[in-house]
Amino acid sequence: MNLAISATGDDLESKLDRRFGRCSYFIILDPDTMEFETIQNASRGASSGAGVKAAQILADSEVDNLITGNVGPNAYNALTAAGIEIFTGASGTVKEAIAKYKEGELSRTNEPTTAGGTGKSR
Amino acid sequence: MKQILVISGKGGTGKTTLVSSFASLAGGKVLSDCDVDAADLHLVLSPRVNRKEEFSGGKEAVKDSSKCTECGLCYEGCRFDAIDENYEIDHFRCEGCGVCAYVCPEGAITMEDVLSGYSLESSTEHGSMIHGELQAGEEASGKLVTEIKQKAKKLAEEEGQELVIIDGSPGTGCPVIASLADVDFALVVTEPTESGLSDLKRVVELSKNFEVEPAIVVNKHDLNHQKVSEIEKYAEGHDIPIIGRIPYDSNVTRAMVEGESIVEYSDDGASEAIREIWRKVENKLLEL
Amino acid sequence: MQITVSAGKGGTGKTTVAVNLALALSESHSVEFLDCDVEEPDAGIFLKPENENSEPVTIEIPEISEDVCTYCGDCSEACEFNAIATFSENVLVYPELCHGCGLCSRVCTADAISERSKIIGEVRRGSTGSIDFYEGDLTIGEPMATPIIRDMKKKVTEENISILDSPPGTACPVIESLHGSDFALLVTEPTPFGLHDLRLSVKVAREMNIPVGVVINRYGIGDKSVEDYCEDEGVPVLMKIPNDRKIAELYSNGVPFVNKFDNWKGRFNQLFEEITRIVNPRAKSVEV
Repeated sequence: MNLAISATGDDLESKLDRRFGRCSYFIILDPDTMEFETIQNASRGASSGAGVKAAQILADSEVDNLITGNVGPNAYNALTAAGIEIFTGASGTVKEAIAKYKEGELSRTNEPTTAGGTGKSR
Repeated sequence: MKQILVISGKGGTGKTTLVSSFASLAGGKVLSDCDVDAADLHLVLSPRVNRKEEFSGGKEAVKDSSKCTECGLCYEGCRFDAIDENYEIDHFRCEGCGVCAYVCPEGAITMEDVLSGYSLESSTEHGSMIHGELQAGEEASGKLVTEIKQKAKKLAEEEGQELVIIDGSPGTGCPVIASLADVDFALVVTEPTESGLSDLKRVVELSKNFEVEPAIVVNKHDLNHQKVSEIEKYAEGHDIPIIGRIPYDSNVTRAMVEGESIVEYSDDGASEAIREIWRKVENKLLEL
Repeated sequence: MQITVSAGKGGTGKTTVAVNLALALSESHSVEFLDCDVEEPDAGIFLKPENENSEPVTIEIPEISEDVCTYCGDCSEACEFNAIATFSENVLVYPELCHGCGLCSRVCTADAISERSKIIGEVRRGSTGSIDFYEGDLTIGEPMATPIIRDMKKKVTEENISILDSPPGTACPVIESLHGSDFALLVTEPTPFGLHDLRLSVKVAREMNIPVGVVINRYGIGDKSVEDYCEDEGVPVLMKIPNDRKIAELYSNGVPFVNKFDNWKGRFNQLFEEITRIVNPRAKSVEV
């Protein structure tokens, strides 16, 4: 079971990043052992389709669940296709978000939370 | 925190006049100039740049002529007419797709990051401002608009401000879509001209697609009464409020030449109308 | 002869100049008019073209056969625009992100990708008097304007005079409009805003090795900064259009002012002669 959190920094004390496609880091952890690894979000600087690319990165890292702030329609479709469940409604640090997730206080999202980003650059 | 956007279907309708006035009327806020192609706000607000970050909008093909055997595969492969008969790359047309680099058997073409411009964090006498500066020939991309908006939002959070005022991009393409994303309220500025009305319709349609609530401001409303009534009819038919009518006022240009917003420059005419619009926007913000 | 009329931002009178120039020249020349401002095509409002035929503009986007796809992910990896995502049991294509470069079908080793045409807008062709009128129209929400301009420009014939009404700014669609032009006619207003935008436009045209000239619209509203700049930079000011309420009223009703004021027809013809001299300095001596 792998849980990913979009984060502004590279450890559990850093804040949840409300952006998905263009967040700074993904923290990927096992909620039972709290062991984690951090990856820099390579899609952050994508000139187009950042949300799609970020979903691809998480799928490649075999992530099952995701905690983030907002997902647009493209990212939502990609995450859904990859079988990744999306949890929103968290705030504060990554640690706090995980605690809420474990207590079942985060809502599972069944639709995009924003109208989405921009699509392409030109 | 709330984000309000001022947009217009085309440029030159008075968008910057409105934003620069709001800048001096609003309390705590961060300004965000997403009209990067014609970034005019800084001419009125004279920002002091505190931070400048390089911005790359994408990639571009670069050829190493010493490796090129002129086989022509890149020329055949490029769908954007960006490689000419002499197999030179036209960097104005290159979309950065990478087909040429892929098909080149000699490895003579590589894809490299292009410096497209800078994002700037500045202070003005009316608060902080995030804006952009483009290299000549580069464009306001959705990516740059997104970056400016995100920086403005982050800065507002850091400063504890409750409001971001965004000067949106013109047109209906990608930068406008990026301007609209995640915004709470959009003011669409239009003029009573034939083209003003058709541009207005496009922008309103777009903002509805993005579930952003629009309201209309008619600038120079006394120029053509016939067109104003057409705008009114359209607004009524689509249930969109017209929240302001700004008269034609030669002080607008004089204020611009002096590098001041119209509400700082004069008290009546356009200035009075814009103050009234701002009061309505403030009330609207309380409702949201 | 290809003359592209451009401006640093919208609302400066670019379309007015392009339309009036085309109408004035059409009495003694074969003129083609191309409205390249595909996000806001407004020239038709003034030229009122008749007998319009429209042709769709398409790009080729991938279609993936899931029966054959091995979900290797090579296409997703290769796509610079992140228009394809591949997961263990499915693959998603995002048509609105696709530029239609065709790289995905090239890299696919399973032969699972074919292509289909997707309509992104249209080019309409009509006539207004003796003018051949072309107008590009980008489907709302589609972000890529350049393929439409590229398509439309393929209709340009060398022997006629082509007047291109470019989009405002200095972005990609502007570059595409300017590409291959003999002359860039830049319309500006005599204000600091106008000057700021004009500088950028001049820089772009010069980078593209296209000779430039300036039309100052609403002459008299602002200051001398634009004229001073032009003199310093050696940019010829070819025409000044006064800030005239009558012209503004005609504009707001969609009437080109050369149709009402005969003396302006002559002035636009003189403008064209000066452009011809700048583009081809030797032609003059041959004529004489």
